[in-house]
Amino acid sequence: MAEKKKKLTRRKFLIGTGAVVGGGLVLGYAALPNQMKDIAARHKGEGQILSGWIKITPDNKVTVIVPHAEMGQGTHTALPMMAAEELDADWDLVQMEEAPGLPEFANQPLGEGFIVGDSLPDILAPLINKAFYSIAQAMDLQITGGSTSVRFTGQYGMRVAGAAAREMLMKAAAEEWDVSVSDLSTEKSFVHHKASGRSASYGSLAEAASSFDPSPTPTLKPKAAHTIVGTRTIKRFDIPGKVNGSAKYGIDAEVDGMLYAAIARVPVHGGTITSIEDSAALAMPGVRKVCNLGYAYAVVADKYWRARTALDAVEIAFDAGGNELVDSDAIFARFSEDLATHELEYDIDEGDVDGAEGRLVEADYAVPYLAHACMEPMNCTAWVRDGVCDIWTGTQAPLMARTAAAVAAGLEPEKVTVHNHMLGGGFGRRIHAENDYVAPAVEIAKMAGAPVKTIWTREEDMRFDEYRPAVVSRFAAKLGEDGKPVAWKNRFSDKREPAEAPLIPYGVVNQSIGYVRSQSHLKLGPWRSVDHSQHAFFTESFVDELAHEAGADPLEYRLSMLADAPRHAHVLKTAAEKAGWYAGVRDGRAMGIAVHESFGTIVAHAAEVSIGDDGMPRVHKVTCAVDCGEAINPDNIESQIESAIIYGMTGAFFGEITVQDGQVVEGNFPEYEMVRLADVPEIEVYIIESGAPMGGIGEPGLPPTAPAITNAVYALTGQRVRKLPLRNYDFSASA
Amino acid sequence: MKYSLKVNGEIRDVDVEPDTPLLWVLRDELGFKGVKFGCGVAACGACTVHMDGTATRTCIYPVEAAEDIDITTIEGLADEGMYTDVQQAWIDEQVPQCGYCQSGMIMAVSALLEENSAPTDQDIDDAITNVCRCGSYPRIRKAIRKVISERGAA
Repeated sequence: MAEKKKKLTRRKFLIGTGAVVGGGLVLGYAALPNQMKDIAARHKGEGQILSGWIKITPDNKVTVIVPHAEMGQGTHTALPMMAAEELDADWDLVQMEEAPGLPEFANQPLGEGFIVGDSLPDILAPLINKAFYSIAQAMDLQITGGSTSVRFTGQYGMRVAGAAAREMLMKAAAEEWDVSVSDLSTEKSFVHHKASGRSASYGSLAEAASSFDPSPTPTLKPKAAHTIVGTRTIKRFDIPGKVNGSAKYGIDAEVDGMLYAAIARVPVHGGTITSIEDSAALAMPGVRKVCNLGYAYAVVADKYWRARTALDAVEIAFDAGGNELVDSDAIFARFSEDLATHELEYDIDEGDVDGAEGRLVEADYAVPYLAHACMEPMNCTAWVRDGVCDIWTGTQAPLMARTAAAVAAGLEPEKVTVHNHMLGGGFGRRIHAENDYVAPAVEIAKMAGAPVKTIWTREEDMRFDEYRPAVVSRFAAKLGEDGKPVAWKNRFSDKREPAEAPLIPYGVVNQSIGYVRSQSHLKLGPWRSVDHSQHAFFTESFVDELAHEAGADPLEYRLSMLADAPRHAHVLKTAAEKAGWYAGVRDGRAMGIAVHESFGTIVAHAAEVSIGDDGMPRVHKVTCAVDCGEAINPDNIESQIESAIIYGMTGAFFGEITVQDGQVVEGNFPEYEMVRLADVPEIEVYIIESGAPMGGIGEPGLPPTAPAITNAVYALTGQRVRKLPLRNYDFSASA
Repeated sequence: MKYSLKVNGEIRDVDVEPDTPLLWVLRDELGFKGVKFGCGVAACGACTVHMDGTATRTCIYPVEAAEDIDITTIEGLADEGMYTDVQQAWIDEQVPQCGYCQSGMIMAVSALLEENSAPTDQDIDDAITNVCRCGSYPRIRKAIRKVISERGAA
């Protein structure tokens, strides 16, 4: 019998490597007073910085400094809501500003939060492993990713900072009026002393309050007392600027004397330029320079269109690095071969899957590479001069962008200033895992000796993305007499993050989940929900296959195996009931269901599907139940779930990056199609506040989307979709 | 080459190559950064403006063909500090997420509602083919419906 060897979780990894685990959930905040001096110095004369990220000015305005990037997920509003709630601030007097890309604004609570360990920001782990960051350095990653902002920075930073600031303001009032703090109350940015009828605004008390030390363990409000968090009255700060064209994205940056660059990589990933013919380009109007970066070339000109036009006049010869013959078929063949021949690593290996007795059911699944296709193509403006470097861009990780810029400029990180902007889409693309867009822009600017804005074409952005990995996943299950699996064996061809993505919530005694690490020459990176995006499709499709094999209702079958996962069961039941699972659907339609946990949040979707005249599935309605523990901004949760479903639908229906002659084929939207308005189903979202530790919300709506749809397609057509995307199928025989 | 363009009610002179897409002229020569570059092949609609009232994708529209046309960008849709009913509906329904596509969306929707005051869902599907990668579509449809019903009630 196989030895039991459940793999380490990242928590064990982190603690096991010697991180000091401190004394509680407010560690991140407790560490702040030292940083406060830096922050206070920087903001001198602009009002009093109280605890953490909260600034109060004499006009009684509260500014919450948010150490995360806004990419549409609503964090620039949700975090101030959490701080303002505990502060008892008047929401109409609350504003926000994004923290500069400096270590003192780094996500300390985020780093501390996952060492304390009630959940894990998985996005960090590959970076830590890869770059040998120490735990301390990991805390300096001012990163926006892994659905972490609200549940770490918000929970352990903003809430505590708000409550501590409120206590400091009350102490100031108590001293001023010579009364006891316990006789004071606060409401809407005022401190009141009911007995004497005295009141003072936070703005008038802020200076006196700043002489007190913030408590690391202030009293937080009970949920019943919330007037901001959990309500539907709050409008997002970033929206007005996004309806009148005034919101500033990286691509909108303007620097005096700025030039423009257009860039093209060597068409075969990993290839190197061996010679470059640039005389024709250099003779074109406005062209200042042609840069050879080795892995790419760029034309710098006084106008973008001149640079872009001249780029076509540059000719290169290149060494393809041995990848010139690679194509998609060869890549998938290699995954299968490596799966058969390479030694496995295990996520879980419990019981005896091979020795268990039962009816064998096997199936092979696969998903392709996926591009992020952020609406704003990659871009970065850089200026290297006099021993310093400035960059203007939109990034999910300003400190990592700073490091990338520093290396490219040949400077110390302290000499680099990051001017972060709104992100025209992030989804993991703007985290700089591998194929960084900051470094080339800095190299180009350095060569040009001027500020340069480098803009990637859509084709360059798509053909040189950091893709969601292509993966093959094989299953073998054994069903007992009652039709339930007694053994669950899963082997797959690549592993990134989060570690738990392939795990199932179902009670199966014998389980073996193992993998090899097989990839092509394409660069990979986190893609909205990371490994969850493929594993939910694999596991929730295969469990659906088992239900049909057992002749059971797919919902009842799942529920019967969730005795030890009551939150999953409740979420599944809620989605099914709200969708009318038991009532059934009209003729020509079918419903599919799927449930998956990611980033601490459990989501179930019930998808109602028919087959259109074109032979493609048509999704009419998706009913979603989501248990994220606690809801901070319910309207924004719904918006993020809608977003994740549609992002997941694009992947399920159209998403496929293919390789030919070592080059990525798809370059723009006509080939890499997107879900558009006409394709969008009715979406209903039911939020369950179970009181469990808060989960993330930007990503968890995505993973169950594809299997809910393909399970419905199976129920309708009898055809099991085992390889995405759907557009490669024709279901017209079932229409 | 010199061209004279009429943008948001003002005559503006520019000196660029004739094949320069109007997108880059509006953004970099004239400073209308609300007009966004998304795909460069008129497949996503992020660069949509009004040309004589018609929603037009400017990333493939050569500047040489843009003279003598009334061009309106997102910046010129409402007076400074004001919102049109379409923009206000976008705020009320909390439509934008990353927001990058929304200038183009709002321009496309505004043009549609000028041409057809009571579009059906099918009309909306046919006319609004812009890409929103964040998937704000359910709220876009809600906001359009809101404007239609408010205009009908007025």
